[in-house]
Amino acid sequence: MAILINKETKIIVQGLTGKTGTFHTEQALAYHDTQMVAGTHPKKGGQEWTSDSGKSLPLYASVAEAKEATGANASVIYVPPAGAADAIIEAIDAEIDLITCITEGVPVMDMVKVKERLDASSSRLIGPNCPGLLTPEECKIGIMPSSIFRRGSVGVLSRSGTLTYEAVYQTSMAGLGQTTAVGIGGDPVKGTEFIDVLEMFLADEETTSIIMIGEIGGSAEEEAAQFIKDEAKKGRSKPMVGFIAGRTSPPGRTMGHAGAVISGGKGGAEAKIEALQSAGVTVSPSPASLGDTLVSVLKG
Amino acid sequence: MNIHEYQAKAILKSYGAAVAQGAVITGADQIDKAVDSMPGPVWVVKSQIHAGGRGKGTFKELPPEAKGGVRVSFSSEEAKANAKEMFGKTLVTAQTGAAGKTVNRLYIEAGADIGRELYLSILVDRAVGKVAFVVSTEGGMDIETVAHDTPEKIHSVAINHSTGCTDADAATLADALALDGTAREEGIALFKALYQAFTEKDMSLLEINPLVVTKDNHVQVLDAKVSFDNNALFRHPDIMELRDITEEDPKELEASKYDLAYIALDGDIGCMVNGAGLAMATMDIIKLYGSEPANFLDVGGGASKEKVTAAFKIITADPNVKGILVNIFGGIMRCDVIAEGVVQAAKDVKLSVPLVVRLEGTKVAEGKAILEASDLDLIAADDLNDAAEKIVKAVKGN
Repeated sequence: MAILINKETKIIVQGLTGKTGTFHTEQALAYHDTQMVAGTHPKKGGQEWTSDSGKSLPLYASVAEAKEATGANASVIYVPPAGAADAIIEAIDAEIDLITCITEGVPVMDMVKVKERLDASSSRLIGPNCPGLLTPEECKIGIMPSSIFRRGSVGVLSRSGTLTYEAVYQTSMAGLGQTTAVGIGGDPVKGTEFIDVLEMFLADEETTSIIMIGEIGGSAEEEAAQFIKDEAKKGRSKPMVGFIAGRTSPPGRTMGHAGAVISGGKGGAEAKIEALQSAGVTVSPSPASLGDTLVSVLKG
Repeated sequence: MNIHEYQAKAILKSYGAAVAQGAVITGADQIDKAVDSMPGPVWVVKSQIHAGGRGKGTFKELPPEAKGGVRVSFSSEEAKANAKEMFGKTLVTAQTGAAGKTVNRLYIEAGADIGRELYLSILVDRAVGKVAFVVSTEGGMDIETVAHDTPEKIHSVAINHSTGCTDADAATLADALALDGTAREEGIALFKALYQAFTEKDMSLLEINPLVVTKDNHVQVLDAKVSFDNNALFRHPDIMELRDITEEDPKELEASKYDLAYIALDGDIGCMVNGAGLAMATMDIIKLYGSEPANFLDVGGGASKEKVTAAFKIITADPNVKGILVNIFGGIMRCDVIAEGVVQAAKDVKLSVPLVVRLEGTKVAEGKAILEASDLDLIAADDLNDAAEKIVKAVKGN
């Protein structure tokens, strides 16, 4: 089953003609023929994009036109920060079901504006400032390195891009593999939260265990822990391993991600770890033992 | 990015907020003129540093019984004496760390006839994705203590982006702060002005503590702390001009020129990592193996060879660094680019400490080949555990 994306997903690339968009679209096309169907560029509508390997995609002037012509239901955004919010809103207006914004450095106020538009729509946004998502052997949206994936049973969700890769790599090495990996992104205001993805993994029959990776800042991990507790009371639960990055980070300093800061005594790692443990999640002390910890949890 | 109190007040004043008359001092020779430009009868001399807790702070160079970093003076002579004693000294507060911060700027302000002290801040509430006011009648003290001891005295009002701060929002805030008469009218106008300033200038935090109601029932901004969203500075050249680089760590300043997220720490293992989460986790695992990281450094997604070289030079410039761990899990970041940068930088800086490199992800084979082809004396690691174990061992063995 997997969640969010599969073989049927048809994807438009917003910002295809740039260097980053080109590189990662080539990678996606090479990954089990992910259905990248078109690109958009306001001034290059009617032209064609051609990859190094000789594959080509049509370019349209707008997302709405590209959707109309290709029947796409998803888009991925590689445009620079100053234009990222407008790109997301364009995709919302075109009623794209799943929008993934890879762009790092989008102003928070722009995301506040996007969030209001998003809440009033039926679109789902993943990101911004995220690595995207991948369903092994079916579909790749974004920048995750595909070589580390293996089709399997673990649902992976994470606020941090590169730590998503650690979880994927380690579960592949452990022979478990993944159903889908979702990087929700590290910004303070984003389209999809842990709870949204947890709900999907709980509902997905193929997903039999979950790894969730959080980090310092905000309270999304505590909210996720409460959700896990509430669902467990209703009889819905799956074996889970967690990790929280930033145990040793000093308070008051923003650690790279705009969202990763311990401020006003809130957002520290220990409180998040406690919350997850109290919800029955086994929290790995080391980012290097995510796979091993899950294996031992599954052995009981 | 943070700015000084006097700069924050100038911005708020331009939006119509009531602030006291004030004068800025950036050199000791300006003190007399600044004090004399103010009518009195009360002069408040305030240290301008990027840290809170100034009033309760102490000056390193002065005896312990000397007064703190914010001083109320009742004659111009007293104000001048206070300013001369404070200027150029090192102020240590609860937020500066033991090293303290040099007071290179003072702000002289007219005293206010304070009736009540309130608290007001504006921030982005990430749980709902909206700009929100946080207010309390318990101003002038540490708001975290208020939140902990009497959470019922903290009120939060989230604002819809499309409507902005409405009359109803402003009235809710005025009620929460128990404002009436003139103060209520002024408060309602102030809340709207502050919201406008916050959103138009892309602030990440606006904190007024205290916001005061004077004895004759007017509201006034007595202190102001403003931070800006670094991601939005590109559209605010006027705000970028307010940056005071003397408040920043020299290494962090150098890193910011290359768009690197770098934070200096106290340990001895330098780290170069891609991705904020992995960078934090790398610090965590170094600690698990019994050592301390010398820094947080995220080279970011699309790093170039030049950027990686710059990162390497910043790490090795720290005399505390006894070893370096490069931990890259390439997604958008390509391992071959990292490898080229590491090889170049290690040659440039004539690297003399152990270097452990762990590469994984996009173009990993190409990256490893570049490292192997170089004559660099580096220790290759297979995974994160292996990398942490090897660098800690290499550093402790020295």
